[in-house]
Amino acid sequence: MMNKNQQNLLSKMATGNGHGENSPYFDGWKAYEDNPFHPTDNPHGVIQMGLAENQLSFDLVEEWVMKNPEASICTPEGVTDFRDIAIYQDYHGLTEFRYAVANFMEKVRGNRVRFDPDRIVMSGGATGAHEMTVFCLADPGDAFLVPTPYYPGFDRDLRWRTGAQLVPVVCERSNDFKVTREALEAAYKSAQEANIRVKGLLITNPSNPLGTILDRETLRMVVSFINEKSIHLVCDEIYAATVFTQPGFISIAEIIQEKEIECNHDLIHIVYSLSKDLGFPGFRVGIVYSYNNAVVSCCRKMSSFGLVSSQTQHLIASMLSDDDFVNKFIAGSANKLAARHKVFTEGLAKVGISCLQSNAGLFVWMDLHHLLKEQTFEAEMALWKVIIHEVKLNVSPGSSFHCSAPGWFRVCFANMDDQTMDVALTRIRAFAVQNNESSTTVPMKRQCWQKPQNNLRLSFKSRRMDDLVMTQCSMSPHSPLAQSPLVRARN
Amino acid sequence: MTISIARPNDSPYYIGLDRVSEDPYHRLDNPNGIIQLGLFENRLCFDLIEKWLSENTKDSVMGRDDGDLSISGIAPYQPSDGLVEFKVAMADFMSQVMGRAVSFDPSQMVLTAGATPALEILCFCLADPGNAFLVPTPYYPGFDRDMKWRTGVELIPVHCRSTDNFIISITALDQAFNQTRKRGIKVRGILISNPSNPVGNLLPRETLYNLLDFAREKNIHIVSDEIFAGSMYGSEEFVSMAEILDMEDIDKNRIHIVYGLSKDLALPGFRVGVIYSFNESVLVAAKKLTRFSSISAPTQRLLISMVSDTRFIQEYIETNKKRIREMHDLFVEGLKQLGIKCAQSCAGLYCWADMSGLISSYSEKGELELWDKLLNIAKINVTPGSACHCIEPGWFRCCFTTLSQEDVVIVIERIRKVAETCKISS
Repeated sequence: MMNKNQQNLLSKMATGNGHGENSPYFDGWKAYEDNPFHPTDNPHGVIQMGLAENQLSFDLVEEWVMKNPEASICTPEGVTDFRDIAIYQDYHGLTEFRYAVANFMEKVRGNRVRFDPDRIVMSGGATGAHEMTVFCLADPGDAFLVPTPYYPGFDRDLRWRTGAQLVPVVCERSNDFKVTREALEAAYKSAQEANIRVKGLLITNPSNPLGTILDRETLRMVVSFINEKSIHLVCDEIYAATVFTQPGFISIAEIIQEKEIECNHDLIHIVYSLSKDLGFPGFRVGIVYSYNNAVVSCCRKMSSFGLVSSQTQHLIASMLSDDDFVNKFIAGSANKLAARHKVFTEGLAKVGISCLQSNAGLFVWMDLHHLLKEQTFEAEMALWKVIIHEVKLNVSPGSSFHCSAPGWFRVCFANMDDQTMDVALTRIRAFAVQNNESSTTVPMKRQCWQKPQNNLRLSFKSRRMDDLVMTQCSMSPHSPLAQSPLVRARN
Repeated sequence: MTISIARPNDSPYYIGLDRVSEDPYHRLDNPNGIIQLGLFENRLCFDLIEKWLSENTKDSVMGRDDGDLSISGIAPYQPSDGLVEFKVAMADFMSQVMGRAVSFDPSQMVLTAGATPALEILCFCLADPGNAFLVPTPYYPGFDRDMKWRTGVELIPVHCRSTDNFIISITALDQAFNQTRKRGIKVRGILISNPSNPVGNLLPRETLYNLLDFAREKNIHIVSDEIFAGSMYGSEEFVSMAEILDMEDIDKNRIHIVYGLSKDLALPGFRVGVIYSFNESVLVAAKKLTRFSSISAPTQRLLISMVSDTRFIQEYIETNKKRIREMHDLFVEGLKQLGIKCAQSCAGLYCWADMSGLISSYSEKGELELWDKLLNIAKINVTPGSACHCIEPGWFRCCFTTLSQEDVVIVIERIRKVAETCKISS
C-alpha cells in the first residue's frame, strides 16, 4: 500500500501496471510457487507446465563441461584466461563468442545460410534482445503487428519501457492459426484507421505457443508484405533448434537469400537466444542479428544495458566451437524432444484430448474446447482455474496468448523428468475421465485418483496401479478409459 | 527512429575509447600504440584472484544438486534480481569493503548486470520522461548515456569549483534547483558519486547531512553511486549514505545506493551491479525491471564462493589499496615533475590533473586542442574535463591502474614532450 506521498515520489512506470503482473494469468504461477510439486517431498503439489524450459539434454552439456574445465576459467585449467576475460566489458562481445554463436546458428539451419559474426549483438536474454530491438526500431506510440496467439511476455517486454504498442494479427483455428495475407492487411488497416504508425511485424518461428513452423509460402508472403509496406520484420527464431521432426525449419535468413525474393535487407532482423535451444535461460544470452548496419550499431551501444557476462561468453564460445559437441547436441536434443512429445500427445489422445499438430517447441497447443461449459473465454478461465487448483497443473490458457478462439491451452512438456511427466499424464487422464461423467460428484472422484500418487515412483507401475484403482470407482460406460489398450490388455 | 538519439558517441570520452581499441599500446607488440588512461580497468590485483581460483574451484563451475555437480543448478531460470545467496554474499561484501561501518540487508537489494543498468533502472523508477536529476560536476561521462538515453530524463549540472576541491555546495544546488523549476522542469533527485568520479575525493559527513536535508526539503531522491568505495587509498574513511541513515532517524524512502564489482573487485566483464534502496516500492519496481538485464547464473555461482571468502576479500582489499596508492603516488609525482598538479584525492583508480597551464586558451576549445595533442601526438587517451562537464577548463582525468610501473615512466615522458611543445607555442 503506497501512501500519496510515496506515489508522488515514484515514476509512472514504477507505479503503473506495465509489468503486467497483476494479470489474472499469474494465478497459475502463484499456485505453483505456493505449492510446487516434488516427487517425494510434495507429490500432491502443482506441476509446472507453464514454463517453456528445455531440461531434457542437460546430461550432454554436463558431460561437455566436465571434460572441458578450462572453458569455465574458474578452474586451474582455465585460470590463465581469467584476467583478460574478467576485464573484458566491450559491448562488441568476445570475438570467439560471436563466431561460435554464428557457427551454431548456421548448424541449426543445416548450414544453408551464413551468419556474419560482426552482426551479432548480445543482450540480457531474449527478453532484453526483444526490448532492445524495439527501442532501436520504434518511437513511443509506434506499433508492431503480432500474429495471435503470441507469447504473453511480449505485452510487457515490447511495450513497458519502450512505449510501443502491439496490434494483433488475428489468426483463426479454422486454418490452424496460420498467418494469412488477409489477416495482416486487416491488422495494418485497423492500425492506420486508429492513426497508429506501424513500424514492423514480429513473427515467432517456430511459433510459441503453437509449436508449428512457418512454411516457405507463408514466409515469402510475409516478406512480400513487409517490403510492400516498408516496415520492419523481426523474426524471433528462439526455438529454431527445437524442431524435432519434418518438415524442417526454414529461417528467414534462407528466404531473403532466395533469388526470386525481392527484399530490402535493411528491414530484416532476427532475435535469438540460448535459453530454449540449449536450455540455458539462466545464462542470460540474448542475441540480435540485424541485416541493417545502423540497427547493429545502435543495438550494440544499447547492449551496455544488458551485456552477457564475459565468463559466460567464454564458456559458450568454447562449447559452441566444438563441432562434435554441437552436432551431437542438436541431434540428441531433437530426439529427446520428439520422444517426449510423442509420449505426451499419445497420452492425451488416449483420453480424447487432441493437440494442434506440431513439430517444434517445448510445448503443445492443447484443445479442450469440448470441455468448456460454453464457448466463451469466461468458461475457459473457469476451466483453467479447475486445472490449476484441482488437477494441480499449471498450464497456460489460450486467452493469455490473445487466442481468437476459447478452449486452447499451452502445455509445456520439456521441463520435467519422465516420472513427473507420468504424474501429469495420470492427472490429466483422471480429469478427462471425470469430465465425461456427471459433474455433480466431483469431490468423490477426486479422492479416487488422488490416492495412488504417494506410490508414484516408476512410470509403468504407477499407470497400472492407477488404472486398477480407477476401475474400482464407478465409471460411466462412456468413459474413454474403457477404450484404453491397457485396460483391454488386462482383460 | 531512436537511432538518432545515439548521439553520445560524439563525446571525446567515447572517441578516445574507440581510438585506443583501434591502436592499443602493447609494451612489446605495439610500443607506439595509444596508452589507455581513459578506462578504469584495474589490473593491479588479478594475481590474487587467479590464486584464489586455482585453490577454490569446487562448485564454482556449476551448481550442486543433491551433492552432485549438476548444470541444473545454473542453467534454468533464476530470479531475475539475483540469487538469494548472492545477495547475502554481496551485502556482506559491501559491508566489508566499507570497513564494517555499516551493514547491508540483502532483502533491500536488487542485483542486475552491471552498474550501468542499475542506474538506468533506478532512473526509470524515480523519474518520468522530461524530469531531471541534478548532478554535481565534474561527473562520469557515462551518466549522460546511462541516465538519459532511453529514459528521456534530463541531467542538470551543478557546477563545483576547484577552490572547494570540487565538493558540492548547497547554495549551488539550490540555485540549480530553482533555475530548473523556472524552466518548468520537475527535479526528481540528486545523483552523486561518492567516492567521486572523476575527482577521486570523498564527500564529507557534513555534506552528506546537508544533502539529506536538501532532499527532504524539496521532496526529492538521492542516488548515491558508491562503486569506488573499496578503492580507497588515502587515510580518510569512507562514509556511505547507508551509514548516515543508520545513525539518524531520517526518512529513508528517498535514498538509493548503486554499487558493483567492476571497480573494487576489478571484474567489469562479469556484469554485477547492485541497487540498494530503503524504499520498498522502488525495490518492487526495480526487481521487475531486472528481467531485461539479469546476471548470468554461472557467474553468480562463481562469485558467491569468492565474495563470501572474507579472509580472501580482506587480503584483496588491503593489497588493492596498497597497490593503487603506490601507482597513484608514482603517477602524481611524475606529473608534478612536469609542473602538473592534481586535485586532492584519496579514492578511485585515477587522478584529476590540472593541465590548464598547458592550454593555449583558457577555454573548452583550448582544452580539447590539448586533448587532441595528447591523443594523437603523445598517444595517450585521457578524459578531458569538458567531457565530464567541468566548468573550469584544463582538467583531465587519468586512470593509472591499467599501467605497470614501467608504463608510468613512458606515459610521463610522452606527456613531457607534448608539454614542452605547448610551452613553446604559448
